[in-house]
Amino acid sequence: MKLFLKDGTVIEGTSFGAKTPSGGQFGEVVFNTGMVGYVESLTDPSYAGQILVCTYPLVGNYGVPSPECFESSKIHIAGLIVSEYCEKYSHAKAVQSLGSWLKKSGIPAISGVDTRALTKKLREHGVMLGALSENDKPRKFLDPNEKNLVARVSVNRKRTYGKGPIRIIAVDCGMKENIVRSLTRKETTVIRVPWDYDFTKEKYHAVVLSNGPGDPTMCAPTIEHIKKAMNAKKTILGVCLGNQLLALAAGAKTYKLKYGHRSHNQPALDVTDPGKCYITSQNHGFAVDGKTLPKDWEEWFTNANDGSNEGIRHKTKPWRSVQFHPEASPGPTDTAWIFDEFIDELNRKKYE
Amino acid sequence: MSKKIRSVLILGSGGLKIGQAGEFDYSGSQAIKALKEEGIRVILINPNIATVQTDLPARGAQAGKNLADAVYFLPLTEQFATKVIKKEKPNAILLGFGGQTALNLGLLLAEQGVLSKYKVRVLGTPISTIRDTEDRDLFIKRLAEIDVQTARSKAVRTIQDGIEAAQVIGFPVMVRAGFALGGQGSGIAGDQKELEQKLTEAFSSSPQVLIEEYLLGWKEVEYEVVRDRLDNCITVCNMENVDPMGIHTGESMVVAPSQTLSNEEYHRLRTIAIKTIRHLGVVGECNIQYALHPQTGDYRVIEVNARLSRSSALASKATGYPLAFIAAKLALGFTLPELKNSITGSTIADFEPALDYLVLKVPRWDLNKFENATSRIGTEMKSVGEVMAIGRNFEEVLQKSLRMLSIGAPGFTAQKDAGGKLLEEIKEPTTRRIFALAEALKAGISVKKLHALSKIDPWFLEKMKNISDFERSLSRKDLDKYTMLKAKQLGFSDAQIAKLKKTTEAQIRARRLRFAIRPVVKQIDTLAGEFPAKTNYLYLTYHGTENDIERGSKGIAVLGSGPYCIGSSVEFDWCNVQALKRLRAEKKETIMINCNPETVSTDYDESDRLYFEELSLERVLDIIEFERPQGVVVSTGGQIPNNLALPLYEHGVPILGTSPKNIDRAEDRHEFSKLLDRLGVSQPAWVEATTPIKAANAAEAMGFPVLVRPSYVLSGSAMNVAFDKDSLIKYLQRAVDISSDHPVVISKFVENSREIEIDGVASHGKLAIYAISEHVENAGTHSGDATLVLPPQRTYLETIRRAKEITKAIVKELNITGPLNIQFLAKDNNLMVIECNVRASRSFPFVSKVTGYNFIDIATRALLGKNISAEYRTVELDYVAVKSPQFSYGRIKGADPVSYVEMTATGEVACFGDSYSEALLKSMLAAGFRLPKKNILLSLGGEENKIKLLPAMQKLADMKYRFFGTEHTAAFLEKHGIACMLLHKISEQKEPSVLSVIENRTVDLIINVPAKPLARETADGFVIRRRAVDLNIPLITNRQLAEAFAMALAEQKGNGLKAKEWGEYLS
Repeated sequence: MKLFLKDGTVIEGTSFGAKTPSGGQFGEVVFNTGMVGYVESLTDPSYAGQILVCTYPLVGNYGVPSPECFESSKIHIAGLIVSEYCEKYSHAKAVQSLGSWLKKSGIPAISGVDTRALTKKLREHGVMLGALSENDKPRKFLDPNEKNLVARVSVNRKRTYGKGPIRIIAVDCGMKENIVRSLTRKETTVIRVPWDYDFTKEKYHAVVLSNGPGDPTMCAPTIEHIKKAMNAKKTILGVCLGNQLLALAAGAKTYKLKYGHRSHNQPALDVTDPGKCYITSQNHGFAVDGKTLPKDWEEWFTNANDGSNEGIRHKTKPWRSVQFHPEASPGPTDTAWIFDEFIDELNRKKYE
Repeated sequence: MSKKIRSVLILGSGGLKIGQAGEFDYSGSQAIKALKEEGIRVILINPNIATVQTDLPARGAQAGKNLADAVYFLPLTEQFATKVIKKEKPNAILLGFGGQTALNLGLLLAEQGVLSKYKVRVLGTPISTIRDTEDRDLFIKRLAEIDVQTARSKAVRTIQDGIEAAQVIGFPVMVRAGFALGGQGSGIAGDQKELEQKLTEAFSSSPQVLIEEYLLGWKEVEYEVVRDRLDNCITVCNMENVDPMGIHTGESMVVAPSQTLSNEEYHRLRTIAIKTIRHLGVVGECNIQYALHPQTGDYRVIEVNARLSRSSALASKATGYPLAFIAAKLALGFTLPELKNSITGSTIADFEPALDYLVLKVPRWDLNKFENATSRIGTEMKSVGEVMAIGRNFEEVLQKSLRMLSIGAPGFTAQKDAGGKLLEEIKEPTTRRIFALAEALKAGISVKKLHALSKIDPWFLEKMKNISDFERSLSRKDLDKYTMLKAKQLGFSDAQIAKLKKTTEAQIRARRLRFAIRPVVKQIDTLAGEFPAKTNYLYLTYHGTENDIERGSKGIAVLGSGPYCIGSSVEFDWCNVQALKRLRAEKKETIMINCNPETVSTDYDESDRLYFEELSLERVLDIIEFERPQGVVVSTGGQIPNNLALPLYEHGVPILGTSPKNIDRAEDRHEFSKLLDRLGVSQPAWVEATTPIKAANAAEAMGFPVLVRPSYVLSGSAMNVAFDKDSLIKYLQRAVDISSDHPVVISKFVENSREIEIDGVASHGKLAIYAISEHVENAGTHSGDATLVLPPQRTYLETIRRAKEITKAIVKELNITGPLNIQFLAKDNNLMVIECNVRASRSFPFVSKVTGYNFIDIATRALLGKNISAEYRTVELDYVAVKSPQFSYGRIKGADPVSYVEMTATGEVACFGDSYSEALLKSMLAAGFRLPKKNILLSLGGEENKIKLLPAMQKLADMKYRFFGTEHTAAFLEKHGIACMLLHKISEQKEPSVLSVIENRTVDLIINVPAKPLARETADGFVIRRRAVDLNIPLITNRQLAEAFAMALAEQKGNGLKAKEWGEYLS
């Protein structure tokens, strides 16, 4: 099997997943530097339309567990690229190998690639369109970002979790299961709704904007609903894509990063508490332009390495969001307190 | 950072010993760099003279950028540390950079009120936190406060309490001594009897012992955690032991990052680590160890080391993250976000490295140097060094690392001397378990069965099986391009392939290059390629298509010293670092090649390009073909690079200094012997023999005793002394593979002769500088186990003159340029040459620091063709320095702690004095000796020992020491008017017996000199010596040393041993 990149690069490797469609499997080629967590990443809907390169060279070591450990019901990546695939996995919780899972899910994968060289190329050129194919070079590279990826990965109907007094709307733009797990508590009811669902008609106290794939400007209906929730003075928390959606609703702008942040080791500085820095899990290709934030908003976190925005909040109203993933899975759990703080705040408001 | 800190005292770790080795030179050196960057005066106490951290700026130079301002070569004891504190009045002290020794000393200084009295602030982790981590009961209590699970355990202070605790927890139990380095006194007790024995030992070195739940077969995982004063907390690296619980982490193969942990497990343990370290309040660096149940995922925290450790050195080299440097900055009050990631130069230190490769650490043992030592490994550390391999799959790092050990293993291959006890060795691991696994896989034993026996995770075993399966198939396969690449990706060396294909390494290399199969050079950048990296920390792999860096063309490569082992240790790393420093000062681009994570030479900022790689011909050639250096330095890294000199030269590699042909003339016994004959220099008679009978006949002809040096050893120690024909034949038949391929060398053992050594530097066959040291012990004690004195105290001027003349003649004959070392035997004005090394020797740091001339700096200039002639004053010094061996017998169960022809010291220390006696006593104290208070046990074998030691014993008696003596010794002393209490032999079972005064600790010094130490007598002598070591009672076993000690003690009685810094002696 071969990986074709838009710049003409051709890399040959060994297939260990499903066969590609005859015209090739297209996607935006991105890299993730996490050393564990392939199961969580593959099922993260934010990866929809992307061919994922793992920089850690050994993938498949601990196999694949049963679906309750997934971040969604299925694999969302378009394809997987690794240096070495491990078929003979070893883990008490594993029920199948990564290769068998990929095959069953119809996702192509390739091993034997110099993933470091490929990563450096992506770093230099920025993310690139590519295709996995058993045949010749595809004539045209399809761009997944031209489609509304959120619409593709969002749930199609409302679903409710828990029976607590605090009613939280979770707008599913491709939400990871661990966000739901993090929000579902004794005192909460989580109402998970499709990305374009007008939740403002529901009885609710707070809104959580989930992560999700692609360009945030594609989510115009969601942005409109957020504006309504703001007018209704509801408490809002955004995560990842949710950070960008909240920023857009507030009137700020977003842009595409050269090669995104996809890793488990991104340092995020707390602008409001100088000297504090958090190790965060990230997966995003777009970012909020902090300079375009309206006056009554402020940056909450910034990336310590490249200065990009990692979170925003309103100076007086209960609206905030983070670009990283406090729900982790995969990655470090150091910012899980963001959910705790959010729910504590709702608790203090004593909703009936 | 607090502005008040102007001077900081750093406590070093002393002589290298098992459990505490070269890693602390790395951590101390980085701490000094971090402090000097802030303009702080740095004061260091460390008697380990062979370390980089104890360097001072060159004579006449301004303060060195990365060097301490004052270095004290003194024992790391309360007495000396107090003297230094009183004199230097430092504002603050760092306790976390000198291993357990520094930590324990720091705790003591705090407890005794020394730190508060002189207002010395403890930087970094507070004393209370250190106590919480060191005291097992407190530790368990503190972790319980935050619901963190620890192994079920109980701390006990008596044997009875220990037994009761074990009954509650249930046998088998784990016994662990508190406050002990490297798990000393630890072990598994299966029943009450075993427990009693373990407890007796453990209580001899520690007041508190822990009885713990036994977690055999659980995965063993570690995290290196860094925390700053603002509570920012990160884990820099996690590591997984290939050998699960039951084997000390220092004895385990360790992989980083973990390979078999899922995201959930990895991050659950990470989260617990951060929670725990925050709760404990560590500021700086620490290590947390876990047991993780392979099925249930249940965990236990095993321990927290609130200091830099061996694991942190490994993590630092594994990730490129400068842990010790950062820890020192955090101790000063900096925060993580304020500090830069010096690898990228653009990102910050508050992040967690992402690896796009894996590393494997493998321990190096030297147990065959010790007669009787068991090769079983377990919960106590016995290894003396380690190597680290970097690659992009497990097979690659496993095979690389086994070659790096330099024990003759070509990779993961069944070994020649594997016995029939294969499965037993896998179940009850020995130092060669990994080779037993290779053999078992070769024999077709299943992964399932091997997992059941070894508890090693099947993931690792499957990878091993891949190697084994491929090896089997290779002999049948055509060696086409695909197969060749596959072999290289599985870590096979050219030599390994050659053996399987029944051809030569050179042919395989040629074929490989015809296929254009070359390893690629990859960078370690801490961020898996996410950001461009500035440093060139490099490794080679066959899993790649692209080099990360441009080819070089004008660098100078320095070949490192490989793993630390007995006989080749931190001293050669010091030499390498000095060579790098001089090369950089001469504006040369430096290339360092080494594979030892415990070294300073492998710090990312010591060279321009650091290849963390094998020191094999194949790999060095790969690097040289890529780098095209102007020259290669082979003379500063000990024997490993020295052995590569000729083969590299034959491949057209430019070797700097002495021609490899001449190096070989000194190495080749026949050539060198002819050379000495031609120069009219004497040497002990010697013969090469190919059968035991021929050997015996030759020995008889030259007269016993003889020294036997086999070229291939089956078991036991390599060298031996034979006193008669029977013992010689018996030894050759039992322990040696003797044949025309593996001849033995029999040489005359000259009894009662003394040894002197010359270390020097020459240029174009002319000796430029030299230093002459004498041994306190007579010949028969290996030079690495001997006590060295500089300048010589007992050697005649005429002998010195003659030694210098011989040296000059040899230097001229071999046209030496660079460092050299010659060892002499001196007997009755006759001087014989026993060895010549055309390279730096073990004593180079010692002679450099004692004379004040950096011999390696001079040698490196010679290698570059610079003029090095000058007036060097190295003979007439106003002070005396003594270098003492550091032994680790306590770790090697069953070994006889008596000096012998085979080296057993694991390290060395050296101290200065205004007199010989002062230097000797300080040096002995620095090696862990304690001065006797009152009672001395004497057991002197043979008439000669008794007579010769009589004056010395008289001196001790005059000082009111009380003697206890074995039968003949007591009678002898009484006869000469010295009171001595008679002790009964062990076999007599009568009190007072020699054993009871040891066991009851009645005596606080034991002088036991065997009649014929080289004859390896056993019986009571062995028991006395062994119990002395097990119960940590000072022991002297050499007559010359006993005499020197007694005389020195008498001379120094009442004089306080002075705490003068090195600079004060030199000026």
